[in-house]
Formats: sequence, C-alpha cells, structure tokens
Amino acid sequence: MTDFIQTAPGRTLENTMQDHFIAAEAPFSTVIRRGQTVRIEDTYGQQAIDTLFYNATDFSERYSNQDTMREQGAAYISTGTKVVSNEGRVMLTMTADSCGRHDTSAGACSCESNTVRFGHGTRYLHACRDNFVLEVSKHGMNKRDVVPNINFFMNVPIEPSGKMTIVDGISAPGDYVELKAEMDVLLVISNCPQINNPCNGFDPTPVRVLVWDSEA
Amino acid sequence: MTHVRRSPEDIAANRARYEEHQRKGLEFAPKALPEASLLPAPEIAADKIIHREVIPGGWYWSTHIRKNEIFRVSLDHGFSTVSLVAWSAADTSERLNLPDTVKMQWTTALGKGRVIFSDMGRVMFSVTEDSSGAHDGLMGGSTFTSNAAKYGDGTRNTRDNLILLATKAGLDKRDIPSVLALFAPVRVDQDGAFLWKPELLHGHDYVELRAEMDMILGFSNCPHPLDPDPAYRPNPVTVTRMAAAKLADDDLCRTATAEAVRGFENNTLATM
Ligand SMILES: [Zn+2]
Repeated sequence: MTDFIQTAPGRTLENTMQDHFIAAEAPFSTVIRRGQTVRIEDTYGQQAIDTLFYNATDFSERYSNQDTMREQGAAYISTGTKVVSNEGRVMLTMTADSCGRHDTSAGACSCESNTVRFGHGTRYLHACRDNFVLEVSKHGMNKRDVVPNINFFMNVPIEPSGKMTIVDGISAPGDYVELKAEMDVLLVISNCPQINNPCNGFDPTPVRVLVWDSEA
Repeated sequence: MTHVRRSPEDIAANRARYEEHQRKGLEFAPKALPEASLLPAPEIAADKIIHREVIPGGWYWSTHIRKNEIFRVSLDHGFSTVSLVAWSAADTSERLNLPDTVKMQWTTALGKGRVIFSDMGRVMFSVTEDSSGAHDGLMGGSTFTSNAAKYGDGTRNTRDNLILLATKAGLDKRDIPSVLALFAPVRVDQDGAFLWKPELLHGHDYVELRAEMDMILGFSNCPHPLDPDPAYRPNPVTVTRMAAAKLADDDLCRTATAEAVRGFENNTLATM
C-alpha cells in the first residue's frame, strides 16, 4: 500500500471522523452523515469495491443504477456523478476521482451467477452478493434489498455493439474516490472476493474507507 | 493491515480460464445467434391465444405466466416503449437481474437467441423472436421527476406504474428490479454516453419471450427517458399470451451459448 494522498487542506488522516480498513473479501457498512465526505481508497490498486447506499432513515430508498445512469446520460461513473436513489433524489455527489472510470452496469458477483459464468465448479466460492446479504441483514434488510450496485475501480467497457467484458482494472495503489453525502446514508461495501475474473487482478486486497466532516 | 498475495501461478491459471470463457462467450459459441425476426409478425392461431391485452399508453398491466408459455409484445398501434419486470411466482424474492443478464452473456445487446436471467443464476425468459434487437437494459424507465422535467407534471411514469403493479401483486417498492425497456433503441458510444437510435426500429416491431419458470410479469407502457419526442404520446401496445409449445431438443435459446446451457441446468436443478 502507498502513502495517503491528501485532496483538501483540512482532509488529513488526523482529523478523520472514521477510518476503516476492510479486509480482502470482507463486507462492511457504516453511516455517512449529510455533508460528510467519504473516501473509498483502493489501497493496493486493481480492486473492485462493490458498493450500495441506502437512505439511513428509510432503507426503502436506495441506490438505483438505472436512475444514476439516466441522470448522467452515460454508463460510467466519475467526478461530478450524482448518485441517485430509486426516488430520484441525489444521495451523494462524487467530488474527486483519481481513477477516472467506475462501473454500475455489471452488478455484484454471486455464487449463482458464477455457476453460469464460469461453471458449476465455482459455486462454493465467496462472493459479493453473499457479503451484501449478510451485511444488510445486520440492518434488518434481506436479499430483496440487495439491488444493482456501483463497482468502484472496476473496468467494464461497453462497446457500441453492446459487447461487454470485465477487463483489468486501471486503478493504481492509493487511488481513491470521494463522495459528499447529500443525505444521511448507510454505506454498504463488499470488498470483492471474485477470483474468476480480472476485476481485482484475481487477487483480492484490503481497501480503506475514510470519512470527514463537512468542514474538512 | 498485512495481506498475503495469491500466488502468481494461481492468478495465471484463473486468468487463463477467464480468457477462455471470454473468447467463447464473445464468439457466441457453440453456434452463432440469428438475424432479427422477419416482419410482419406472423398471425397467431386463435386456439393458441390464452389472453390478449391492449395496454393503453401511459398504463401498466401485470399477469401470471406459466413455464413454456410465450408472450408477444407487439407495436400494432405504432411506436411505444414497454418496460418489463418479472418475479418468480414460486418465490418473489427471485427476480429479473439485468446486471447478471448482460454480464453473463458478455453483451448489453439483448435480442433473438439471448436469455434473461434472475438473480439466482436461472433463466427467466428466452427471447424466441425479436424483430428489432433494440432494447435497453441499462437506463430503464421514466420517473415522476424525469417526466416532469420533460413534459411538465401530470403524465404517467414507469416508476409509479411499477409501484402500483408491484403493490397489487402483494409486493412493494423494495421489490422492483431494474427494468428491461423493450423497443428502446439505446446504445452507448465509446465514452459510455447513451444514444437513441431510432433507425434500429422498423415500425410494427415485435418481440416474443418464452417463460422458463412460472412468473408474475409487470408491464409499463410509458415513453423511455431518452425518447426525443417532446410530446407525451405513448401508443397502446398489445401483449398476447400464448399456450406452451413443445420445445425442440436443439431449441436455439437453450443451446446457443455455454452460459445459457449452464443457466438452464440451474433451472432444472431448482425443480428436481
Ligand atoms: Zn464481487
């Protein structure tokens, strides 16, 4: 892993409100308050960080990949992207992005989809949807609440023909995204365990989540 | 935090396996997918029709369908976009999953010969006929806000239609999956920006989907958010539910790709 890259004068490691390392393959969740900035850091590079957001006071309002893509008019996510809920409201705004491209079309890996993509022999491998189900269950939700997510740092080019494949990530160690919360949100991450495609270089690594207050 | 890297040999082996899957998937192995279905759509024999519904512009409809039955969505009254959602009748927590559908088949271009998956790695539909191949699984349907920005208030939208039909099916808005928009000629450019390509449509286009499990279907007949027509004027669409026909051993959708074959193996396991 690399040294911390500072993006604003007040945004130091000393004044974070939250600082978490998420182990390779692990799930994670935390609440980000309105006005706070969350940074999701691809500490070792080339990791896919599968992420969902829920309105912290009403989980029935949650991230919507289709509404987000519609609002961007584009399939990829980068600086300036408004993260939009199924109610059409802006949940967060992406304020910084050192990588440049993130996916929200390809969803999370799962034991079930792995059987289709890679053969039935891959059923018994840890997968993001299992992480999501376990993590949202801590908040009283279930599989119905696991919706299509953002894959930060995952590179899934879609060609004009429709051709779509997951290719090697372009993120370097220490690459980050920063998002400013426009409402109180529950952040849920699955640090992707996938070892059957190149989303994380076939080698899951730890990632870091930092949160600063609005002044930072 | 320490991290033990996987060995280069493990990584190389998995990479080789992925590239082999990718190569086959992109070649549509083992056999190529067909051209679009010819127009006009053939007449459906009266004794094959279980039900025919004409959904007015702006409205929604939902119904049950049984495994192996086929439904045709046809633009007999002119252009419209129809948003489709579906849940397994046996367990409504299993539903349409478009990210899995496009990822597993290596394409966002869903047309004749392709299949549409649930979140449980099972096939919900086979696309048995399709005259346009111009559908959108990425950006989905309209909402109150997107319609208000485009048409002013007061027009019906897909989001609210889906809340209504889901609720009447005993579900709620948490259950609404991302939608497949039929007859929405959406493509992306090299930068990922969405394009509306009406030249992909022919007028009176139709699509036929075969149910591969018992399901609850939901339809919303509202203009797609990218539809450049500044006026709100969705035409009625016709949905015809047809009796099951006997499947051929070499059924196109069930055999066209390795991914579909494995998906159908999951369907079979679920009913054993
Ligand atoms: Zn994953």
